[in-house]
Amino acid sequence: MLEQYLSLFIKSIFIENMALALFLGMCTFLAVSKKVETAVGLGVAVVIVQTITIPVNNLIYTNILKEGALSWAGLPDIDLTFLGLITYIGVIAAIVQILEMVLDKHFPKLYNALGIFLPLITVNCAILGGSLFMVERDYNFPQSIVYGLGSGIGWALAIIGLAGIREKMKYSNVPKGLRGLGITFIVAGLMAVAFMLFSGIQL
Amino acid sequence: MSFLRKFLDKQKKYFVREGKLKRLFPLYEAVDTFLFTPDKITKAAPHIRDVIDMKRVMMIVIYALIPSVIMALYNTGYQLNLALSEIANVSYEGWRAKLVLFLGIGFEPSNILANIVHGALYFLPVYVVTILVGGFWEVIFAIVRKHEINEGFLVTSLLFPMILPSTIPLWQVAIGISFGVVVGKEIFGGVGMNILNPALTGRVFLFFAYPAFITGDSVWVAVDGISKATPLAELSDSALKLSVSLKDAFLGVIPGSMGETSTLACIIGAIILIITGVGSWKIMVSVLSGMVTLSLMFNLIGSNTNPMFGVSPLWHLAIGGFAFGTVFMATDPVSSAITEKGKYIYGFLIGSLVILIRVINPAFPEGVMLAILFGNIFSPIIDYFFVNANVKRRILRNGNQ
Repeated sequence: MLEQYLSLFIKSIFIENMALALFLGMCTFLAVSKKVETAVGLGVAVVIVQTITIPVNNLIYTNILKEGALSWAGLPDIDLTFLGLITYIGVIAAIVQILEMVLDKHFPKLYNALGIFLPLITVNCAILGGSLFMVERDYNFPQSIVYGLGSGIGWALAIIGLAGIREKMKYSNVPKGLRGLGITFIVAGLMAVAFMLFSGIQL
Repeated sequence: MSFLRKFLDKQKKYFVREGKLKRLFPLYEAVDTFLFTPDKITKAAPHIRDVIDMKRVMMIVIYALIPSVIMALYNTGYQLNLALSEIANVSYEGWRAKLVLFLGIGFEPSNILANIVHGALYFLPVYVVTILVGGFWEVIFAIVRKHEINEGFLVTSLLFPMILPSTIPLWQVAIGISFGVVVGKEIFGGVGMNILNPALTGRVFLFFAYPAFITGDSVWVAVDGISKATPLAELSDSALKLSVSLKDAFLGVIPGSMGETSTLACIIGAIILIITGVGSWKIMVSVLSGMVTLSLMFNLIGSNTNPMFGVSPLWHLAIGGFAFGTVFMATDPVSSAITEKGKYIYGFLIGSLVILIRVINPAFPEGVMLAILFGNIFSPIIDYFFVNANVKRRILRNGNQ
């Protein structure tokens, strides 16, 4: 039992890395990776939001949206899955807002550290992608918690690694035309090649 | 030598300032400093008085590679001649066969000279193509971007053929080294500014673009219709029987990429690198300890279905490209971790990933190449955290001023 969760955890971090194997959340991945400090902040924010939104969306999916899920309310024939996309986005946006308020009130230090990143990741496709994968693969509630944590950590790992490389690249002499996003795309591609080492592992 | 010096001095006027060929100055500079000690002297402080410079460092790496090169020549030829002698009536044609017959050295696997010559006929074309195509990009970038041609390319161009199988088509060699030099190094600004090891970048490109030519059973021996599995493949498949002894694997007379088979030659190279201080012993030791730790762990866990779980650390050391990668690739001073403590983490990460891929990833038989690239990618962040931890500690120690 525990083994199953462990393998899901490792799988979601390395084998199906959100950023470098599935290429989700690229916009923030490329844009906010100039400095390690900000990358760590964004990474932590993604981990927190993923771990909360995916289980919440899981509850909503299994109890309201899924075909026949409303049978507890006496409506066994209703299938609301077509509302999935808009519901998940709404839930993510709401949770991020609430999280922001809670952090502001009770953990001002963490709130200041996360700063702009919390509202920014409302529109991060890695977050929505996590929820959609959860639905597609039919995870149960505990699995969705593990998956949320794992996929968040995987994405954070990737962006922190990229930020490290970009800080080191301050000393590089990149051709003018490639400076900025151009070379970052190439570096992200090379990182993805190195991450191929996990592809094919069966857990 | 003084004649050469005079000749170069005479030519110099064409390449500097108003000379006709001033655009080609990097070429002149490369020839000049390759043959003679550079005459550039820094005038302002600070100085470190030392005879060692980039040139010496790179040359020492080349010297350290010599045992591996000799083994590469010998083993490539030996595997070929062995295959030819084992199977009667095999058709072996082409210019190499004609040349061997012309030279009259024969195809006897017990004849060391015959093996070396025959191996050289496979190694040298790959090496020449690497030098020509890689050098072409190197010169183009040096001229356009006005930097100097660095001796680093000599090392890259020697490492690259060593990690290819002997049957690799030459056009693929050209593509691979182009990708390695241009994307792996030059777009970052040249030697010292790259993130990944250029030779490995080139190989990984070939590996994913043309997998049939670089991995599998039929690429290691260049005789049509003969397939020979590497010991690594034999160990991982319970249906195959291991055909080599540990001693053979350690000496390097096994099928594999041209230069990587001999652990003994790599150890000699490692000793040279460590004594001269060119290669970091910390990285080598920590890669080794990562490998030993993980393989012992897998030995302990055990598995009924996967025979790789039971392979001992000694075998892991002897087979595949582990020794070569550890000694010559992981220690690359540009792409490895720079901080002293970071080197331990970097090395351990590589060593453990190698075993992880070999044992539990059925997609790749060998993991050294990807493990080192993975280490390269995370070395900047490892350094970052150790540098920052040090800064914090020193601020604390000296009071917050």
